[in-house]
Amino acid sequence: MILIHCPYCDEKRPEIEFAYAGQAHIARPVDPDSYSDEEWERFLFIRANPRGRHHERWRHSHGCGRFFNAVRDTVTDKFETTYKAGEPRK
Amino acid sequence: MSGYRLPAGGRVDRNKPVSFTFDGKSYQGLAGDTLASALLANGISLFGRSFKYHRPRGVLAAGSEEPNALVSVLRGPGRFTPNLRATNVEIHDGLTATSQNRWPSLKTDFGAINDRLGMFFPAGFYNKTFMWPRSFWDRLYEPAIRKMAGLGDAPTEVDPDTYAATYAHCDLLIVGAGPAGLDAALEASGTGKRVILIDEQDEVGGGALADPALWAWLERSVKALNAAANVTILSRTTAFGYYHNNFIGAVQRLTDHLPENSQAPREKLWRIRAGEVLLAQGAIERPLVFDGNDTPGVMLSSAARIFANRYGVAVGKSLALMAVHDSGWHDVFALKKAGVGIAAIIDARDDIDEALQAEAAALGIAVHLSHSVIGVKGRHQVAAIEMCANGSDVRRTISCDALLMAGGWTPSVHLWSHSKGSLKWRDDLGAYVPDQPNENCRSIGACSGDWDFGKGAVFDVLPTPKDQARIKAFVDFQNDVTANDINLAVREGFRSIEHIKRYTTNGMATDQGKTSNLNGLQIASTALAKAVPDIGLTTFRPPYTPQTFGALAGHAKGALFQATRTTNIDGWAEENGAIFELVAQWRRARYFPKFGEDMHAAVNRECRAVRGSVGIFDASTLGKIEVVGPDAAEFLNRMYTNPWKALEPGRCRYGLLLKEDGFITDDGVSARLAPDRFHLTTTTGGAARVLNMMEDYLQTEWPDLNVWLTSTTEQYAVVALQGPNARKLLEPLVEGIDLSAEEFPHMAIREGHICGIPTRLFRVSFTGELGFEINVPTAYGRALWERLMADGAEYGITPYGTETMHVLRAEKGFIIVGQDTDGTVTPYDAGLDWAVGKKKPDFVGRRSLARPDIVAAGRRQLVGLLTEDSKMVLEEGAQIVADTNQPVPMTMIGHVTSSYWSETLGRSIAMALVANGHAMKGETIYVPMPEGTHKAVISSMVFYDQEGARLHV
Repeated sequence: MILIHCPYCDEKRPEIEFAYAGQAHIARPVDPDSYSDEEWERFLFIRANPRGRHHERWRHSHGCGRFFNAVRDTVTDKFETTYKAGEPRK
Repeated sequence: MSGYRLPAGGRVDRNKPVSFTFDGKSYQGLAGDTLASALLANGISLFGRSFKYHRPRGVLAAGSEEPNALVSVLRGPGRFTPNLRATNVEIHDGLTATSQNRWPSLKTDFGAINDRLGMFFPAGFYNKTFMWPRSFWDRLYEPAIRKMAGLGDAPTEVDPDTYAATYAHCDLLIVGAGPAGLDAALEASGTGKRVILIDEQDEVGGGALADPALWAWLERSVKALNAAANVTILSRTTAFGYYHNNFIGAVQRLTDHLPENSQAPREKLWRIRAGEVLLAQGAIERPLVFDGNDTPGVMLSSAARIFANRYGVAVGKSLALMAVHDSGWHDVFALKKAGVGIAAIIDARDDIDEALQAEAAALGIAVHLSHSVIGVKGRHQVAAIEMCANGSDVRRTISCDALLMAGGWTPSVHLWSHSKGSLKWRDDLGAYVPDQPNENCRSIGACSGDWDFGKGAVFDVLPTPKDQARIKAFVDFQNDVTANDINLAVREGFRSIEHIKRYTTNGMATDQGKTSNLNGLQIASTALAKAVPDIGLTTFRPPYTPQTFGALAGHAKGALFQATRTTNIDGWAEENGAIFELVAQWRRARYFPKFGEDMHAAVNRECRAVRGSVGIFDASTLGKIEVVGPDAAEFLNRMYTNPWKALEPGRCRYGLLLKEDGFITDDGVSARLAPDRFHLTTTTGGAARVLNMMEDYLQTEWPDLNVWLTSTTEQYAVVALQGPNARKLLEPLVEGIDLSAEEFPHMAIREGHICGIPTRLFRVSFTGELGFEINVPTAYGRALWERLMADGAEYGITPYGTETMHVLRAEKGFIIVGQDTDGTVTPYDAGLDWAVGKKKPDFVGRRSLARPDIVAAGRRQLVGLLTEDSKMVLEEGAQIVADTNQPVPMTMIGHVTSSYWSETLGRSIAMALVANGHAMKGETIYVPMPEGTHKAVISSMVFYDQEGARLHV
């Protein structure tokens, strides 16, 4: 069981306290109407599937309840870092 | 074989005889024996039959790597464990063990015909043979294969034992309490570290248990460790898996070795998080590959030494050794000194240490260098061996009753590999050893390749003048894989060791190839003319040895498998005969049968009561979220499809929630209590999902909004009072709220008191009748319910369950998200256009409602269905076709989502998703069902009181 560092609680906790929440740094458009169908499709459905570093969101569901961002290596399943929502991409 | 108890020696207690049975026959052993050592001491050599060929098999090893001697142990009804290794089963008085894979008996086994037909059972036999004709598979092949296949029998009764589980944390976890592990533990015991030392055997010591010269040291060490407060020793505990971040799973066996079944847990699952892990699992001796190497009595050289030194058992009266490694010579010297007869030492190497040869000569042991065993005589036990000088055809027979194999050593890298540590090949050892760690972990002692067993050579198959194609030289004993099978796989084009493994099943048995992987690799390496490291190594995965489902499940079984959520009113429902159903984790009353009613009769009666007078329903499970803050209205306006900002305090609104892709995900009625406070409701099953989704948007998309979300589902008990007499019943009980139609219209909320209890009183209806949903603090739910039941008696108040609720809402065409929608239904598809705020610039999912596929024609739309035969209730999920004359497979244009008998209307009603359904009102469609095709007409979804006259009273 992986240990995940919650940047809000500032603690390493077992993964059963957390829920995965998809790829990180995909901001909802401020004006969705200005998006073409293709752009909207890309926003809705198209996600990265990298071998290696992956920026992803997690929620400390059974803890503080906060969403945060993480960089995890999809090959080794190791977390490189976690950081608060709103902070720049690492 | 003619094993026997040596007159002296061993760690068994010679003053404590133990009686047990094997295959129904009684035997005696000594306290401290395993089933294997006790049976060997009784002269038993035949322990079981092999998996595929049903060949007679004995004991190969003395530890958990044993592939052959699998037994079943029965400890009473439901307490049946198959596939235990006889070398790990501790005997106790009354132990009842049986052999496996044989019928009618171990000595006479009909399945052994497979062995005679062995030439017809090559690798991939099943894949190649049972392909045609296709129809034979179900009727002939599969039943026949099933009868023959399998390892042991599955238990047939529920396991009555209990299993414990615990979490543990330590600074240092040491796996393996042999000399290396004990040394490390002793060193750490002097520090402040919390240390856990794990060993799978009943006694710590590992290899030292078979070396009397170390017993004094062992006793001192164990004493010191037991005295150290910071060291915990777990014996009879198998570390079966090594997971991320130094998380180790281990199972401790607590009661199987005791004569009586106890109330105490049988096993305990340890989940250990360690700062550092030291792996000291030792090494496993490698068998040699030659014709007849699976005959009972052919065993690992180290095993014979363990049986003699630890258990005081000679595995035979006259032992021969086939060695390619020095360690076998040392074993034989020790055995000879313990009084065991040695027939000969045969070594395939020609260059042997002078000192070894001198010691053999001094002990009077005949030595044959550059010789190999090429055959074994005897079927149920070794009677003699045939040997031959390497490279010649000069054969010689030597009489003996056991043959020891010293094929070198394989470090136990299983847990290291679980942790994803890398391995490197060492040519000098002919083995893989740990290289780079992936966790904070070190490998020490023999499992790191660090040992003093002496030198050896590596052979794939021992040299033989016999026709290679005709010999039976086993590599994987448990799965009956021979050297020929691996050669065949290579000839047939398999190149990757992963493919060769799966094709031949080498290393895929319950022992995961502990004794076979390296020999298999070596043979594949020769066949492919490639170095072993260029072929790779198959992956070890947990568990290290098979573990019971009981230990892994622990407490999570029966009622504790999953939490059941109950409302404050649940106890009343149970006392009043409710039939329950599970909705998500909630237990809900489905209907309340009276006087032996079936569900149909009960639901009809409950429906009549609600439409005719008043019904009472426990709606406490509805999800509830309190939305508070200056931006609460703005937030809801962005989340839901409909407008919220203009909603006045004291009013309610039906809210429809989409996902960003435009599809309906939840709905519910919500109330504005104050400008900055809303009481949201969600579907019973959707509460957690909706709160998670709202938190997501609030935290990550709109952190500027000043809003707080709180789950209040369990704060309130909710009693729904529905029917024309609801107001009359409620009025005398309510204080501070004017219930008149003018002051308290449909879709309003008021705060006040009911029976003195503070309440949030909603005037809402999921039935189409005049209705109220009374929210009170949870603890008052049942008291309120009982008061309403008492006061409602004069109106014939009737409790109803979820089934009646479903019928009543369907009569009104109200959808249930998740039943009438399935994640591909938009508000337009569901006929909920009215709930979409056309003037709103944005809300979650709005842009998607303009996606090309969403606006395209032909989407499945929700409609009502009226069957031509009004008594016919369609099956929910049944498919719909437009024309029954088309050829099969027909084009399906939709399916039935909800279908009921409507007692109110005296006919059946249904809802369905039908392609272009909204434009098909009045058209006839067909619903093929098993007993025939039914005709139905597409109608409005609102079957009852289309004007809503019954609501606004």
